[in-house]
Amino acid sequence: MAEEKKQKLTNTLLPTESMKAIGESIGLSQMQEETCQVLSEEASYRIKEIAQDALKFMHHGKRRKLMTSDIDYALKLKNVEPLYGFHAQEFIPFRFASGGGRELYFYEEKEVELSDIINTPLPRVPLDVSLKAHWLSIEGVQPAIPENPPPASKEQQKAESTEPLKAVKPGQEEVQMHNKGQGTAATDAKGKDQKKLIEGSAMKLKPRSTHELSVEQQLYYKEITEACVGSCEAKRAEALQSIATDPGLYQMLPRFSTFISEGVRVNVVQNNLALLIYLMRMVKALMDNPTLYLEKYLHELIPAVVTCIVSRQLCLRPDVDNHWALRDFAARLMAQTCKTFSTTTNNIQSRITKTFTKSWLDEKTQWTTRYGCIAGLAELGPDVIKTLIIPRLQVEGARIKAVHEGPVVSNIDKIGADHVQSLLLKHCASVIAKLRSPPDNQEQYRADYGYLGPMLCTHVVKARSQAAIQAQQVNRTTLTITQPRPTLTLSQGGQPSSTSRTPSIIKMPNSITLPMQTLVSARPSTSTQPSPPPTKFIVMSSSSGSSSTQQVITLSSAQSAPTSTSPVTTTVPSLQPLVKLEPGGSQGTGNAVTVGSGVSRTVQKYIVVSLPSAADGKSQNTMGQHQLSPSSSAALEANAVGSLNNAVTVKLERPESPSNGNQSPQPSH
Amino acid sequence: MAAIPDGPVKSETELEVKPDSVNDIAGNPNVVQGIGGTPKTSPSVAATVASVTPPDITDRQTLLAVLQFLKKNKLLESEETLRKESGLCLDNEEQSGSVDGGSVCATGDAEGSDASLLSRVSGVTSAPAAAAVTGAPVPAKVTSATSAGDDQPDVSVVLSAYSQQGDPALYQVYYSGLKKFIESVLDCHRAELSQVFYPLFVHMYLELVYNQHEAEAKDFFDKFHGDQECYYQDDLRVLSGLTKKEHMKGNETLLDFRTSKFVLRISRDSYQLLKRHLQERQNNQIWNIIQEHLYIDIFDGMPRSKSQIDSMSGSLAGEARREANKAKVFYGLLKEPEIEVPLDDEDEEAENEEGKPKKKKPKKDSLGSKSKKQDPNAPQQNRIPLPELKDSDKLDKIMNMKEATKRIRLGPDSLPSICFYTFLNAYQGLTAVDFTDDSSLIAGGFADSTVRVWSVTPKKLRGVKSAADLSLIDKESDDVLERIMDEKTASESKILYGHSGPVYGTSFSPDRNYLLSCSEDGTVRLWSLQTFTCLVGYKGHNYPVWDTQFSPYGYYFVSGGHDRVARLWATDHYQPLRMFSGHLADVTSTRFHPNCNYVVTGSADRTIRLWDVLTGNCVRILTGHKGPIHSLAFSPNGKFLASGATDGRILLWDIGHGVMIGELKGHTDTIYALKFSRDGEILASGSMDNTVKLWDATKAFDDIETDDFTAATGHITLPENSQDILLGTYVTKSTAVVHVHFTRRNLLLAAGSYNP
Repeated sequence: MAEEKKQKLTNTLLPTESMKAIGESIGLSQMQEETCQVLSEEASYRIKEIAQDALKFMHHGKRRKLMTSDIDYALKLKNVEPLYGFHAQEFIPFRFASGGGRELYFYEEKEVELSDIINTPLPRVPLDVSLKAHWLSIEGVQPAIPENPPPASKEQQKAESTEPLKAVKPGQEEVQMHNKGQGTAATDAKGKDQKKLIEGSAMKLKPRSTHELSVEQQLYYKEITEACVGSCEAKRAEALQSIATDPGLYQMLPRFSTFISEGVRVNVVQNNLALLIYLMRMVKALMDNPTLYLEKYLHELIPAVVTCIVSRQLCLRPDVDNHWALRDFAARLMAQTCKTFSTTTNNIQSRITKTFTKSWLDEKTQWTTRYGCIAGLAELGPDVIKTLIIPRLQVEGARIKAVHEGPVVSNIDKIGADHVQSLLLKHCASVIAKLRSPPDNQEQYRADYGYLGPMLCTHVVKARSQAAIQAQQVNRTTLTITQPRPTLTLSQGGQPSSTSRTPSIIKMPNSITLPMQTLVSARPSTSTQPSPPPTKFIVMSSSSGSSSTQQVITLSSAQSAPTSTSPVTTTVPSLQPLVKLEPGGSQGTGNAVTVGSGVSRTVQKYIVVSLPSAADGKSQNTMGQHQLSPSSSAALEANAVGSLNNAVTVKLERPESPSNGNQSPQPSH
Repeated sequence: MAAIPDGPVKSETELEVKPDSVNDIAGNPNVVQGIGGTPKTSPSVAATVASVTPPDITDRQTLLAVLQFLKKNKLLESEETLRKESGLCLDNEEQSGSVDGGSVCATGDAEGSDASLLSRVSGVTSAPAAAAVTGAPVPAKVTSATSAGDDQPDVSVVLSAYSQQGDPALYQVYYSGLKKFIESVLDCHRAELSQVFYPLFVHMYLELVYNQHEAEAKDFFDKFHGDQECYYQDDLRVLSGLTKKEHMKGNETLLDFRTSKFVLRISRDSYQLLKRHLQERQNNQIWNIIQEHLYIDIFDGMPRSKSQIDSMSGSLAGEARREANKAKVFYGLLKEPEIEVPLDDEDEEAENEEGKPKKKKPKKDSLGSKSKKQDPNAPQQNRIPLPELKDSDKLDKIMNMKEATKRIRLGPDSLPSICFYTFLNAYQGLTAVDFTDDSSLIAGGFADSTVRVWSVTPKKLRGVKSAADLSLIDKESDDVLERIMDEKTASESKILYGHSGPVYGTSFSPDRNYLLSCSEDGTVRLWSLQTFTCLVGYKGHNYPVWDTQFSPYGYYFVSGGHDRVARLWATDHYQPLRMFSGHLADVTSTRFHPNCNYVVTGSADRTIRLWDVLTGNCVRILTGHKGPIHSLAFSPNGKFLASGATDGRILLWDIGHGVMIGELKGHTDTIYALKFSRDGEILASGSMDNTVKLWDATKAFDDIETDDFTAATGHITLPENSQDILLGTYVTKSTAVVHVHFTRRNLLLAAGSYNP
């Protein structure tokens, strides 16, 4: 009975064949079976003895892994010459071979060309040992800093949200319990005892979770949110960095989520483009944080993002401000969301696709919303483009043609049509380049795609040539994996005065693509595909002179707090975003020039989101919904919130990057 | 032709007689075959190595082998000489050869040479180790443990004891018969009698192996090894590998098992029951084993429960005998030197390092301080001569007192902050860490043989200038001590090169002038922190030295290693002052008692021993751990001891009574670091499982101290209160915790290397 539970101890021996093989290797061809038997027993015993000694060295070396050096020392202990030369850092590369009924493990010794060794550059000198201090605990509470492990692992967060009644792992609970116990002063001592009582009982109750934030967390939350929507770009970068890397945010996550969704709701109504951009960047940062379990808050985040994609109006002056960049950015975010969070149960991607398609097909849809829908779809990947966008090219072309060539059009419509056109060209060209075989004929294209055909044709040709160049490069150089962090290039305008908001160009070179995709694109098979040129966002973060009309709601007057003193410092040097300050607006694409000319002199005031009183909020809400175009965000929200719980079994997963599109199956629509 | 091989053989025989052959043996495997000779022939050997293990069969067999070799090669002359020298008559040899099974003689040439080559591997280790244990030619006062020393019998006798055998087939019957009996007895006796299983199992198995009933031995093992307690797994694993008589020679673990009697504590009633059963059944086989190999410590009173037994058992040689822990231990602290803040200089009692009692002084004055009147449990002030207090030490003491007034009073409601020092880029090479008492320096020992010292204060590490530069200094100037320091080479860390193997232990001297390190290369090195050079290499351990520590008063230090001996040294003696032998396996960790009169050692035999520095006697044997003990810590008041082992448990001991008073469960891997806070209220532990845990020491001790009965009988019932005592768990990011240290103000410092 007990024997079954315990690990069986058996005396394993080396096979006698090994003895024979070893004997053969030193020239003893005819070894008797009996001899082999004796030898193998003896050798097995000695090997075990040495292994047991080596274990001592491992223990004293304070390691969990036995290393070859331990065996050397054990042999030395027995006064045997150690087996030098096996100092493999990771593993001993034994290989297995079988054939002719024999199985053999052997150590592969490659022949190495001496000149190769001599000629290869020396490896980098390993870094020297260094000492680094951090706080593991402050008066009994473990601070949530990158040096410490996340207070609640992602799995735990997930377990908490999906199976709230299931008892948490005892070790973790203990930690939490004690942290809380000591964190909230002596008054909590009683609470702790109570908790223990509860634990002791047989019932499995969900441990009471405190939803209060500690003073430090409140302070941190305030600083971070203020910095994120504040005027200082450096501070914002720091704050976003903190959101993206800090392991201890999970307790504040509901607040951040509400902050963003409320912020979007209010600012869409206010047409406050800059703030919307900042909020979207917050979403991005949250998604980048590997320790957060965002699934719980998608119902708040997705509607906010979708609003920023398709909302009819996002800025006060649609003809001047570059709200298109925001739409692009948000569309990317959406694509990333789909990629990370879409599962068979929540089916985010298919629902999002449906929503976009529906409003795009609507005749009355405004150009802005139209643009958003197309951008949102296009970001979902080449398969979506192929199945949903390309068939509609003719129709869309006709619509654009109508605007361009038709008699009376508003300027806004014209700009919108222009943007839709360039968007379509940009996204479709690469896909078409893959779909069609090389002879690119203008007429043929016109026949197939209508008004946009000829332009598409030139784009496709360009795409092909670019792909060819890139393919060559790929073959020669190794691709470095681009970091998922956004690279921000801020170019300051002519006026150095700190008070005036100058147009800044935020360059986001495809920051949403994940490193894996970059790797995929390095494969020769896909390398013919040009990666989309780095998109440049030109963000007019200024408001026009009429900013006085804006309603200013501030939470506190501490907007000019001395520094963004988050209680925790995040200094992970390798993950720092690159923030470059470049003079002039020369970085911008064509749009930058036009937009950049509108320099404003007023100080931008931002609405720091507060939760307005009920009536106030309601009126704003309704207003916001009213303003939104046919596929109104309200509907979207309702849709998203409501159906999060619906289990849909169909899985539609499409990679959103064009580079690996050819690997995924064709979705059926 | 004949002359050439004659030479080496001669020299071999000559070497045999060399009294100082211990080192040679270790260095030269060829000599080993001839080691020792026999006591009959070479009285000089017998005299010097008299206390060493008497000739065992190995020696005789090797001698026979040599003779046979000579005979075969027709070197009759030398054979004759050797024969005469050895004084063995032919009959005698053959007789003994046949008795011993004559393995060497019997085996063929090729196998014989192979076998002897391999036996040499193990023979080497056993011989010098044994020599070192019982008495290498050192002037030091050598004392061995009472238990092990008394009954260390002749090895050959022990081995031959196995030769009286019954029918091998009946062993299983005997064992299962006893098993059936024990399972049928009353519950209260069953747990106690079950203790017999393990030693009986091992001895029966060894008997079978010794008598070359390999198949039966294997069956026996397979059938019954599952019955044994899980904490004997490791030993059983060793045992399972041992299947041949030849293996038994040179296997230290087994030699120990046989030479030292396995100690069991059984109540009189239970014992009578067992005795009656065995006598009724005429079960002599088992009765003989019990008589010869077990030591049954019979006590009157209630039989112990299973949990009581389990908490105490687990060591290699059973529990400690009760009388082993009866000696009086002066665990009190020494009287404090009277130093007023404007320092005066009357007292020669040094007190500088731990300084824990010192720090209490300001606060304790109201509580009737220990420092004023002699603690009844404290040893005589001059029981162990201590170094005189220097001016700098007094200054340090004053600093210490000042710091102590600012110390945070810890408790369950005010936990210490923990500052963690992470060694980056150590590539799994960090093997030892130590902090100075004032927490200004960190030393790290590494697997690449280096010792590195860091300054964790803004003050950089400065060495003394070179001799040429020193001669230029104006020696009359007031700031001469400043001037001799070399500013140019000042840096935040210094590397000390000298060892030729991984550094397994480091320890700062209390005055921060010296650093000790011990290494796989068998040496303990003393480094100067003024010049950052090695001053002395203490050679005494022939095998890896696992741990070393300075005494809290400096000057003395203790080391322990693979040779199973702990040694006490003084920095100005190149040979040890005391050798503490008695452990049955490696001494893995060593610590000084705060009053410097005792040394505690933890071992891979899963026992802890407390040694009196004055007499060298073992005064406490503490059993209960189920794995090698890797960390030890005395409470600041000297009354209690905490120990941590590979089994992930911390055990708490009352030194005065010699009993276990607590078991702290929670860690899941080896505990490498233990430390009490300066007031002794919190125990911090650091483990391989990447956590630092804080325990409520006050509560752990209070719960027990009320109970007088346990102290009287030594039979403890441990409360299952680990969870109440655990105050906090702090997880690191894949960083094993190698060291913990409380600063003078009770801030907890921890250190470890990051292993991504």
